[in-house]
Amino acid sequence: MITPRSEVELAKAVATANAPLTVRGGGTRAMGEAHGIVLHTGALTGVTLYEPAALTLVVKAGTPLADIEALLAGERQRLGFEPPDLRALLGRDGQSTIGGVVAANAAGPRGVQLGAARDALLGVRFVDGRGDVISSGGRVMKNVTGYDLVKLLAGSHGSLGVLTEVSLKVQSLPETETTLIFDGLDEAAGLAVLRAAQASPYDITGAARAGGRSYIRLEGMAGSVAYRTQKLRDLGAADLATDAASADIWRGLRDGAPLQGRAGDIWHIVTLPTHAAALVADITAQTGADLASDVIYDHAGAAVWAALPEGVDAVLRARLGAMGQARKLRGAGAAPFGPQIPAVTAVSGAIKAQFDPMGRFAQRAIF
Amino acid sequence: MQMPRPNAHLLARRAQIVAALRSVLPQDAVIDDANETRVYECDGLSAYRCAPMAVVLPRTTDEVSATLRLCHAMGVPVVPRGAGTSLAGGAMPSADCVVLGVSRMNGVVETDYENRFIRVQSGRTNLSVTGAVEAEGYFYAPDPSSQLACAIAGNIAMNSGGAHCLKYGVTTNNLLGVTLVKMDGTVVQLGGPFGQGFGLDLLGIICGSEGQLGVVTEAWLRILPKPEGARPVLVAFDSSEVAGACVADIIRAGILPVAIEFMDRPCIRATEDFAHAGYPDCEALLIIEVEGAPAEIDEQLTRIRAIAAQHSPIEFTEARDEAQAKRIWLGRKSAFGAMGQINDYMCLDGTIPVSQLPFVLRRIGEMSRDYGLDVGNVFHAGDGNMHPLILYNANKEGDLARCEALGADILKLCVEVGGCLSGEHGVGLEKRDLMSVQFTPADLEAQMRIKDVFDPKWLLNAAKVFPLTVSAARRGDAAQGNAA
Repeated sequence: MITPRSEVELAKAVATANAPLTVRGGGTRAMGEAHGIVLHTGALTGVTLYEPAALTLVVKAGTPLADIEALLAGERQRLGFEPPDLRALLGRDGQSTIGGVVAANAAGPRGVQLGAARDALLGVRFVDGRGDVISSGGRVMKNVTGYDLVKLLAGSHGSLGVLTEVSLKVQSLPETETTLIFDGLDEAAGLAVLRAAQASPYDITGAARAGGRSYIRLEGMAGSVAYRTQKLRDLGAADLATDAASADIWRGLRDGAPLQGRAGDIWHIVTLPTHAAALVADITAQTGADLASDVIYDHAGAAVWAALPEGVDAVLRARLGAMGQARKLRGAGAAPFGPQIPAVTAVSGAIKAQFDPMGRFAQRAIF
Repeated sequence: MQMPRPNAHLLARRAQIVAALRSVLPQDAVIDDANETRVYECDGLSAYRCAPMAVVLPRTTDEVSATLRLCHAMGVPVVPRGAGTSLAGGAMPSADCVVLGVSRMNGVVETDYENRFIRVQSGRTNLSVTGAVEAEGYFYAPDPSSQLACAIAGNIAMNSGGAHCLKYGVTTNNLLGVTLVKMDGTVVQLGGPFGQGFGLDLLGIICGSEGQLGVVTEAWLRILPKPEGARPVLVAFDSSEVAGACVADIIRAGILPVAIEFMDRPCIRATEDFAHAGYPDCEALLIIEVEGAPAEIDEQLTRIRAIAAQHSPIEFTEARDEAQAKRIWLGRKSAFGAMGQINDYMCLDGTIPVSQLPFVLRRIGEMSRDYGLDVGNVFHAGDGNMHPLILYNANKEGDLARCEALGADILKLCVEVGGCLSGEHGVGLEKRDLMSVQFTPADLEAQMRIKDVFDPKWLLNAAKVFPLTVSAARRGDAAQGNAA
C-alpha cells in the first residue's frame, strides 16, 4: 500500500507505478476485488475553504466524511444528498472519505429531491493515469466553462483518476422535519402513496417503503411543514414522527438497515417508480423466495435496494431489460457498474483509454 | 475574432456536397440558396457573421444520422444549431461547414406523469416543454431568459440555467437521458427515463459540451409538480455592497428562495426609461421570489423582511396580487431589451463566489470608467452568476474591440476571485481564447481527449471552446497549412 502525503507525491506515484493501482479512500463502499498495489488517499486531508454564506465547501479528497459532517453541523449545514453509510450492510469497517463518496456518486433518500453527489459537486482536482494533475469545474454554483469532467469523475469509482480535492455545494439544515408513516397498505397501494406524494406540490425530501410501511419526509420551516403534513394526510391515515425520531427512520433507510445481516446478495437497482413493484413480484415468483422484508424501495420506487437469493442475476437483468439497471453491491461478481449497452461500453472504454492509457488503475475490469 | 481559414478544397466541392445531401435527405431539408442560408449566418452573438455552405433541417433522428454519416465520409465540418439564441457564438457557422438545424424536430414523443418525465425532440423550445405538461400541473424547471425561443438542444449543449436554478438546478440536474448521433452517424442512447444509471456519466459529459461531441435529437427531461403559488418582493438599497450583504444573510439563514435577482443603478435607470416598471431610484435592487401556499410564502417573507430590515432598505415592496408581481418582474425581464435601446451591448456571464460580489462590482465600475464604456449589471445574485452588459457603438471605429477588451478584463477578474468565465451561456466563440486564463494546458488536454473519443476527426463545431492554437493540430490546421 502507498499513502501519498500530497498531490505532487500522488502524481509521481501514479506516473512511476509499475504495477496496477487500486485507489482506496476508506474502503467502505468500494466494490470488486483490489488488484496490485492499493493507493490510499487517507493522507490527503483538510478543508481548503468553507464559506457557509456561499454554501460552498472545498476539501481534500481523503478527508473523513465524519469530520466533514461534524464541521457542517457546527454551522447548521449538511451535505444535501445524504451519503449512506454502507459499512454494516456490506460488512466493512474503516472510515468513509469524501473522495470515496464522490467516486461512488453516493446518494441517499434525499436524492428524490436533490439528486446524487454529482448534482452537488462543483469542482474536482484529480490525477489521471498519466500522472497529470487535472482540474475541472470550480467552487461556484454555476459553471459551464469547458466540458463537465466533474460529472465524469463522479461515479467513476477510481477508474479514470485519483480525486485529490472536491468542491461541494452544501445545504442549510431545515428548521424541522416530519415523517408520515403509512401502515397496513399492500405493496401496490404503499408505493402508489409514494408516487402521489411525489406528484404533489408539497416538495417531499424522502419517499421510501420498507417492511410493509411507507414513509414520506417533509423538511423546512415549522409552519410550512405543518401545513404540508396536513395536506399529505389526505393520502391516508398516517402516524407521524418528528425531528430526532424522523431522522432515525431516514438514517436507517439510508444505510440499508432493514437489509443488514440478511443472507444472499445485496443489489441496487434503478428503474421507473411504476415498474418497481412488478419487478420485485416477478423475482419473487421466479425464485420462490419471500422478499417482503428484503427490499427497500427508495425514491418512490426509482431506487430499489434488495437482498436477493444468490444466482438470480440473469433472471433479474432479463426482467429489467431496458427499463433500468442493476448492480450487485455484495456477493459473487459484485461490481460498481453492471452491464451496459455495447455502444455505451465502447465509448466508456475509449474514455478510459484516454485518461489511463497504461491501464494503471486496476478498475479497468469494470469496463 | 479569428476563425480558421475555410478549407478551399471543400468550398470547391460545394455543389457536389449539396447534391450528396439532397440524395440522402428530403428535398426541402437542404438549403443552399445564398439568400436563405444568410438567415443562419449568426446567432445571438450577432457581431460575428458567416454564411455556411449549406443548411440542413432534418425531421428525424435517421435524417440527422444520414447527414452526419455523409459529412463524416466527405470530411465536411458540421455546426449544430438549436434555435440560434446562443450569446456566445455557439451556433456561428464557418464558411466551409454545413449547419445542421434541429428546429423541425419539435414534437413531444412521450409524457409520463407518474414517473415524472417527458421525452421530446430536441428542437422543441424550452417554454413549450412546460406548455406540454402544465395542464396536468407540471413544469420543466430550467428557465433561461430566452425560453420562449431557445431549443432544448441548445439548452443541453450549453447546460443552460435561468433565474430559478437557485432551487431547481440547471439543465444537467434535470436531464435524464438523450438520443445522441455521433459525427460518424452512429446513434446511441445515454441514460433514459430512469436517468443515467450506473457507469461513467456520459450524459453528464454530453450536457454542456457545446455541440462538439454529437447531435442530441431527443431528450428525456425531468418534470416537476408546479408549486401552489409564488410571490416576488422588491427590495431597494442605496449601495450595491449592502444589497450583496443582504443576499449572503438570506442564504446563511437557511432560506432558499427560488430566485434572487440583482440590478444596479445603470440597469435600473435604463429599464425604467424603457419599461416603466415603477422601480425606485436607487443604487441596487433585489427581486426575491419564494414559492408555496400563501401561508408558506408569508412565513418565508416574514423572515426575509426581518433580514432585509437589518440592512436598512430604502424600499421593501411585496407583490399583493398577480398584476403587481408581473410589474416587479417586468423591469428585470426587460433589462436586456432596455439596454439594447441605449446602444449595442455585449452580455457576459462570468460567475463569482457570492462573497466577492461587492469587490467585483466596485472593480467593474472602475474598469468601466477606465475604458470609457458604460456597464450595467443585472444578474442571478443567489448563485453569483453575473451578467455585466457592456454598452458600445457598433458603428464607431474601434468600439467593439474596446468592448471586447473590457469584457476580457472583467472575465479575468471573475476567474481571479475564484470564479469562472461562463455560468450559463457557454464558451462558444466568445470566450474561446480566454480558456487558458482558467485552465492549465493539462486541463484543456483532458477535455480535448473527450472530443477525440466522440469526434476523432474534429469535424463537429470544432473552432469553438478551445483556443485555436491549442486545438490546431487536432483540427488539422497544420496539415492544411491554415493559419490558426
